[in-house]
This record gives sequence, C-alpha cells and structure tokens, in this order.
Amino acid sequence: MTAPRYLFPHRHLLGIQPLSPQDITAILDQARGFEEVCERPEIKIVPALRKRLVVNLFFENSTRTRNSFEIAEKRLSAEIINFDADTSSLSKGETLIDTAMNLESMRPDLIVMRHAAPGAHALLARHMRASIVNAGDGAHEHPTQALLDAYTLRKRFGRLEGLRIAIVGDIRNSRVVRSNLWLLTKMGAHVTLVGPPTLIPAGIRDTWPGVAICHDLEATLPSQDAVMMLRCQFERGTGAFIPGQSEYARFFQLNPARMKLCKPDVAVLHPGPINRGVEITSDVADGPNSLVLQQVTNGVPVRMAVLFLLCNPHGEQVP
Amino acid sequence: MPDNPAPCLLDARQMEVHLQRLCREIAAAFGNNESLALVGIRTRGLHLAERLAAMLQENLQKEIPLGALDITLYRDDLSEMTGSPIVRPTEIPFTLRDRAVVLVDDVLFTGRTIRAAMDALLDHGRPDRIWLAVLADRGGRQLPIQADFVGLKLEVPLDRRVSVKMQEVDGIDGVYLEGRS
Repeated sequence: MTAPRYLFPHRHLLGIQPLSPQDITAILDQARGFEEVCERPEIKIVPALRKRLVVNLFFENSTRTRNSFEIAEKRLSAEIINFDADTSSLSKGETLIDTAMNLESMRPDLIVMRHAAPGAHALLARHMRASIVNAGDGAHEHPTQALLDAYTLRKRFGRLEGLRIAIVGDIRNSRVVRSNLWLLTKMGAHVTLVGPPTLIPAGIRDTWPGVAICHDLEATLPSQDAVMMLRCQFERGTGAFIPGQSEYARFFQLNPARMKLCKPDVAVLHPGPINRGVEITSDVADGPNSLVLQQVTNGVPVRMAVLFLLCNPHGEQVP
Repeated sequence: MPDNPAPCLLDARQMEVHLQRLCREIAAAFGNNESLALVGIRTRGLHLAERLAAMLQENLQKEIPLGALDITLYRDDLSEMTGSPIVRPTEIPFTLRDRAVVLVDDVLFTGRTIRAAMDALLDHGRPDRIWLAVLADRGGRQLPIQADFVGLKLEVPLDRRVSVKMQEVDGIDGVYLEGRS
C-alpha cells in the first residue's frame, strides 16, 4: 500500500490566512527542489510549466516581486504575458471585472496579480478559471514574501517552531507583516511586534492573540533569534504617524550599537526596498548577520514552488 | 488492506541475490572504467543505487560516485496524478562530462520515467554514455527504451502493479505483485 498522497487543497494563493501548517510545509519543502534548479551551474530551467500561460497583472508598482515572479516563471518554461496597468485599458476606464473577463477569454492558467484593493484577488478568483496568485494587495497580504521569509529562516535555523522573531517598524502599513503573522503563528514561532504605538494598529491581538507587543526595541533584542526590519512606507503616509525620521531612527533603527545587544548569531531580515539610515543602517543591512540578499535569492524557488503546485492537481477550495 | 496479501515475486534474500548479480554484471562491464558513476532515480531507485554503489566499491575496491535524480519536473503524466507532485532536490555531486552513467531504478514499465530521467540528467551535463539498470523489468513499454542490466524480467498484465519494497522506506525488502492500481 502506498501512503495517502498529499493534495494541495487550494485553487488560488490569495493569502497565508487560508493555508494550513501542512500546506505551508508542502510549499517550503517543494521549494528546496527548485532551489537546486536555481543553483545549477548551467541549465537553470526545467520544463515543468511548458505550454502554460501565466499573466502578470500589476496594478501597483513593483520591481523585485515582479522580476522574481518573472524569473520563476521563466525557469519553469511558462509562457508569459506582462500586463501593466499604466499601458492597459484600465487607464481608459475599464473595470477590473472587464479586464479579468477579457483575460479569461485568452485561457491563462495562472494570474499573478498585485492590486491596491484587498478584495480584488478574491473577486477575480470568483470569476475566473485560472488560478490567482496574490503578489500583494494593499496593506492586506503578500503571501509569497512571507513564504520566502519563512524559507530563509527555516534554512538558517532548520525549523520555524519555537523561534523568537521580532518584527520591527511600520506594522500599520505593512502587508508583509500580516502574511508573516499568519505564517509564523501557524508554524509555532514566537512573534514580538516592536514599534511606536502610532505604527501598531490597535486590535492586532484580537486577530493574533499569541503575539507580543513591545515599544522598546532594546529590551526586545537580546532574546530574539531573528529580527525582521520593516520599511517605513513614507509613500503610504507613515510620516504622519512619527515625529520625524531621525526621531524614529533614534528609537527603532537597527544599528551596530543595537546589534551588540542581540544574540551573536541573530538573523537580520528586511523585505526591501531598504530606507538606508532610517530603519536600518548600511553596515547592519550589509553585515554578516544579514540575510537580506538571501531573501531575494530564495524568492525565486519559493515562487516556483507556488506556481508549480497551483498548475498541477490540487483541490478546488476557494481561496 | 486486501484479504489476500500481494503475491511475493522476490523475498528479501532473493532480492539480495539479484542485486549481487546486477553488481557483478556492472563490475564486469565497467571494472576498468574510471569514469563509472551511478545515478539513482528517487525514491527507491536511489536506495537501490546506494546499495549497488556499496557493493561495487567492495567488489572493485574503488570509490563509485553516486548521484540522486528527481524527475518530477520532467514528467509528462503529472496531470493524471491523484496528489500534488512533490519535488525533491537532484543531487549530482560530480561532473557528468565524459562519464559512463548507470541510471538505476526499481521497476521498468512504460519507459516514461526513464525518458524523463534522461532529460533531467542531460540538463546537468553531457555524459559520455547513459546505461540503465533496473531491479525488475515488467514489460508494457510505451517508448523505445530498454535496460542494459536487469534483475528480474517478467511479463505482467497492464492492470497489475509490480511494487519494490525497500528497508529504507518500507521497512522490508521484497518485490510484490499487486492488484489493480
């Protein structure tokens, strides 16, 4: 008898919230095989998604996420269409549903979408046969970022369960933090949110009761295995919630002096792009404890794993 | 579980005898060939390759390079599977250039696995020649592929399944004939 086979139960990746720990583990395990593909000396490409059509639909600016998805798609031999909001009919007033129905008629297998509205992906998922991958929706979720963070942490520590992780900074505006909160709490890590009270939304513990909140970075650092620094999202109005960048940095910047308070092997993460000299100094971001560039590298195999799972037999659960 | 246990084609001792013979045949063909390497197809082909490599090392008194091949990304039948495909790393810790590679798998049936394995292997380099060793050839080929080294050879109806069990994964050694898969 063969053991009952695991079936990824979801048709879309709309967020981390709907995933079970087993689903998360399946994606992370799968990514190991794709990391090997990415590290091959010569042919970094496999025929796994040959003849599949992937549409990259970006309604918000993105450089690294979009490039990372596109590299992942290319390494899987998929056919790719890039669809930019600026140059599309959307700038002529077409609705999201009309855009989606037009895309649907081209029979794509996968749609990778970034959109400012949190409900946009779920709306599309109800109208389309293609699988939808959320590449970021407003301040709601950014599931592949959380998965690549988890992959990076698991690679570094061999586990997620029991890890102590501080997430520091602009919690209010971060979709990365929401996906990470879902993921890390589901996987049994101990999360502490650190930042000024104005940047930590009230009621966050109603959703994640196990999470600690602290406004004192220096008191938090000594017990942490990893510190995830968030970007101050000035373009989303973070400036209105803090007295000023230098005042913010005085209390919440990760710098060499504060690194001395950390465990010697502490892992430093940042989802990028970095405001150098605001939430983190260059010598820490580029220093020996930094996993920042590994996060970028790991983004490709993790996204390959997601695309591959959704393009092969899976359950029909929406989301 | 079915009432009747699956008929045993090879028990643990007979399986060992077949492996020893495969080892002798490979040693006879490659004894003086410095470029010999084994590559096992995950999962059970890899464990067979590990055992063959250990036997060959004893027999030839030299190190036999061993690699692991995962063919999931090269399969042509993923859409017919009932579960999500599980990708595991391919590990070939030596250069394939100018090597005589013996691919190792447990059961040779349609030939599609071997087709995928050759594609996968060639993406890692250009060996001088690829050979194929299998513990059981059950017939039923759908592609023009044949093995160079065969343990047990038999013709099995298409609706039956030849299943190799190995200590490393199944806790027992043996080859079984199972009912409709």
